Amino acid sequence: MTDTTSTTQTKKPPTGLTRTIYDWGTSLKSPTPYLMTFGIFLWIGAYYLFVEGWELPRFNKLPGPVEVITEFLNPDPDWGMSLFTAEFYDHVFVSCRRILIAFAIATGVGVPLGLFMGWSKTFRDYSFPILETLRPIPILAWVPLAILMFSGLETPVIYLATLASLFVTTLNTLLGVDSIDEEYFRAANCLGSKPHHVFMHIVVPGALPFIFTGLQISIGVAWFSLVAAEMVSGEFGLGYLIVDAYMNITYVIMVIAMLTLGFVGWLSSALVRIAGNRLMQWRVRALALEGR
Amino acid sequence: MTSASSNRGAISIRNVTKIYDPEGVNVMAVDDCSLEIGAGEVCMIVGPSGCGKTTLLNAIAGFHSITEGEIYLDGEMLCGPDRPLANQGADRMVVFQHGALFPWKTLAENVAYGPIVQGAMSKAEAIDKAGTMLSEAGIGDMAKKYPGEVSSGMARRAEIVRALINDPRVLLLDEPYRAMDALTKSIMHESLLEVYDRTKVTIFFITHDLEEAIFLGDRVVVMTTRPAKTKKIVDVDIPRPRDYTTLSSNRFRELVQEAKDAVHEEAVKAFEAGERELA
Ligand SMILES: Nc1ncnc2c1ncn2[C@@H]1O[C@H](COP(=O)(O)OP(=O)(O)O)[C@@H](O)[C@H]1O
Ligand SMILES: [Mg+2]
Repeated sequence: MTDTTSTTQTKKPPTGLTRTIYDWGTSLKSPTPYLMTFGIFLWIGAYYLFVEGWELPRFNKLPGPVEVITEFLNPDPDWGMSLFTAEFYDHVFVSCRRILIAFAIATGVGVPLGLFMGWSKTFRDYSFPILETLRPIPILAWVPLAILMFSGLETPVIYLATLASLFVTTLNTLLGVDSIDEEYFRAANCLGSKPHHVFMHIVVPGALPFIFTGLQISIGVAWFSLVAAEMVSGEFGLGYLIVDAYMNITYVIMVIAMLTLGFVGWLSSALVRIAGNRLMQWRVRALALEGR
Repeated sequence: MTSASSNRGAISIRNVTKIYDPEGVNVMAVDDCSLEIGAGEVCMIVGPSGCGKTTLLNAIAGFHSITEGEIYLDGEMLCGPDRPLANQGADRMVVFQHGALFPWKTLAENVAYGPIVQGAMSKAEAIDKAGTMLSEAGIGDMAKKYPGEVSSGMARRAEIVRALINDPRVLLLDEPYRAMDALTKSIMHESLLEVYDRTKVTIFFITHDLEEAIFLGDRVVVMTTRPAKTKKIVDVDIPRPRDYTTLSSNRFRELVQEAKDAVHEEAVKAFEAGERELA
């Protein structure tokens, strides 16, 4: 019985950088990266033809890809904004800072709130109806209230982004606790856990997969609300930049701001995913064995 | 492993009745059931699906209350008229049907969990002990792996180690090998027998598999269809230590047949009554 397993695992599975390089190596052998690259060029090609090539009606007012890319990479931009101007980074920085604050508050409040709601029936009974009533109110409906409550331009914008992502995080955390199999609680109690052990060793790690799914959605929602708020009542920020460029008929800048939003939005949710994978090695490794 | 102690872990089930009452419709799962399980005995419970086996185990473990009767462990009352729900404690360890190792802890961390939260060992000591015990069970190489990374047989073995590190008086197992293929199952049987020969812990083992029951048990208790009572008790007089050669002995065949006759009658009744099991 003792030697049934001794030879099965002589090589350790790769971790960290080795693993990443291995993954890249494998994916380069599959058609996926080539199809993806081809796909991107296909879309840009279509965009070019519609706008700049054939100048189709409705599209001919838009700035085309060549115009946008030249402007974006121009050290001395015609419309005053490119990768080489400080002003561009000011806007990006302001938006990112707001997202960071909003996301941190929403996570810091929403995760504990959801965990307690899932853990304590009493606490859930008190708080769930309120959450369910406030949650469906569209974020733009909060704008006047936010302006009434907070002075200045900065706080209301952050408040709106926080609020939107708070609801998502809380609800997903709560669902995460609900998703934990009853048998883990039984096993923990059998093994002699006190309530705080159950909370730290079962409730928190058991809810983690749902929490991170929630955080992915929540950061997207935060960007959505932030940009909406910046467009309504902002000063600086990418949302403000889009409206401002529109008003000033500098459509190239408008498209640059939109693409930048797409990029930072993607980057932020990738960071959340990476953080999640680091915290949930158990899940990453089990899924990897299933070939996912 | 601690001393092989066969002077503790006696369970006495006296006139236990359990009535579930969902939606105001009484379901009598266990009816006036009595059973004495000796210290250090391997008691196998067999019976048709939905007859109330899990209900009995849940009552002993303290997951569910009982309606009438009493259950004692070594002369102390676990549950009775004044306290229908037994306390859950590390003296009775459950090994679950679907396996309940915490997927977010490595096997070693899982095993070390009990002593740590009970304050019986420091974290370092517990992890150390866990490593040793996992090695004794032949899965020392897997100590740093997560349950999702090992086979179900290894996970189940680790779960038994997680139970044993607490030096329980009773192991409660609810069809632990149900979903396994025959080969893995026979390896699991040998490793459980080996654990038993070493620890002489009382084992309360629910199964559908009569060969498994005779191979592992000192006694096989055949339950009636719901509500559960003891119908027949088969004494297994095959000497220990047993191994797979036991499976081909004549006495083994005879005993399996004896149990089969008793169960078959009940299984037919249960099937005709359309019994349904809940978890
Ligand atoms: N929580 C419950 N509520 C209501 N009825 C239950 C519950 N648990 C089990 N039962 C019923 O009690 C009977 C015995 O169930 P169980 O002990 O799970 O059977 P088994 O012998 O298959 O383990 C079944 O008829 C089942 O439907
Ligand atoms: Mg059952």
